[in-house]
Amino acid sequence: MSLRTPIGKVRGLGSAKNGTHHWWTQKITAIALVPLTIWFLASIVQMIHADYFTVKAWLSSPFVAVIMMIYLVTALHHLRLGLQSVVEDYIVSVKIKTFLQFFILYGCTILMAASVFFILKIAL
Amino acid sequence: MAEFRLPANSTIKKGKYFKVEGGAKNIRKFNIYRWNEESGENPSIDTYEVDMDKCGPMVLDGLIKIKDEIDPTLTFRRSCREGVCGSCAMNIAGTNTLACTKASGDIKGDINIYPLPHMKVVKDLVPDLTNFYAQYASIKPWMQTVSPTPSGVERLQSPEDRAKLDGLYECVLCASCSTSCPSYWWNSDKYLGPAVLLQAYRWLIDSRDEATGERLDDLEDPFRLYRCHTIMNCTSTCPKGLNPAKAIAEIKRMMVERQG
Repeated sequence: MSLRTPIGKVRGLGSAKNGTHHWWTQKITAIALVPLTIWFLASIVQMIHADYFTVKAWLSSPFVAVIMMIYLVTALHHLRLGLQSVVEDYIVSVKIKTFLQFFILYGCTILMAASVFFILKIAL
Repeated sequence: MAEFRLPANSTIKKGKYFKVEGGAKNIRKFNIYRWNEESGENPSIDTYEVDMDKCGPMVLDGLIKIKDEIDPTLTFRRSCREGVCGSCAMNIAGTNTLACTKASGDIKGDINIYPLPHMKVVKDLVPDLTNFYAQYASIKPWMQTVSPTPSGVERLQSPEDRAKLDGLYECVLCASCSTSCPSYWWNSDKYLGPAVLLQAYRWLIDSRDEATGERLDDLEDPFRLYRCHTIMNCTSTCPKGLNPAKAIAEIKRMMVERQG
């Protein structure tokens, strides 16, 4: 039983004074992903029957390699922000929440580093 | 985890059936959620047959007729019977609305009535709105100024600035929108919900208020404001035809604007 007043509960720990950066970054990355995803899908569809060397040559062009890196990093950043929101929405336990936020942050960071590394490895 | 399953004592059972007496021709069934903590039993759905030829046009008229003539134990809030007090908000035919402005004739089949969703029930159709009202108080819904009160005159506002309050001042705080919002269902302890955020915006946009920055500071929080994921249930359910989702979007716009 708690004898705390309703307004005391609502005021709680006060405002976190953030959230705008997260929300705005999610919007910016979402908008960027529209043309990037169209470009990615259109390129892949064109090369459905292409052989290994054609694809390797395509990915080795500076333009394609740079855009591909931007695409994957943006997508993974957007994924991280989105998953973080899902956890905030549904997970109440502080322990599980903290664990999942670490897992999501590290997971997406590892994938980002790996995608940049492998694109460079193929392109160079 | 958010609670997706109902606690065991929330399972709703079939309740009593009240047949209409006499030779009524125009009968409709009202299926109404009943729960009384003192009985110690699970909630039930009671069914009332109502002679619509001897009943007013609105759902509230039906509820009042049932309470007056069939079952005086039925409990619900109501006051103005014309959509300005916000007392009779409930879930009717699957949508949160005001019983006094919802016409029975607009509903197909039986008229199903539940209390506002995901709120603690006090009795029958009466939800506990303590937290909702505390959240409203927390946004300081009154004018805050630093300039001295002008002597002998009101704080003036141009007609253009007054027009910015249209679509906001009409809110009667019935809680239909907040209790239709899944984000509010899961996080109502921290998320303010559409009704309170619309009220917050009503003060943010008021040209006479001088505490806009402090108000934004208090709202800038991953939970208080940013649990809104533009689900839009609030706007589609509002019995007054207002647009809380737009008000929330405007708050977010102000947040970004002050980032420079």
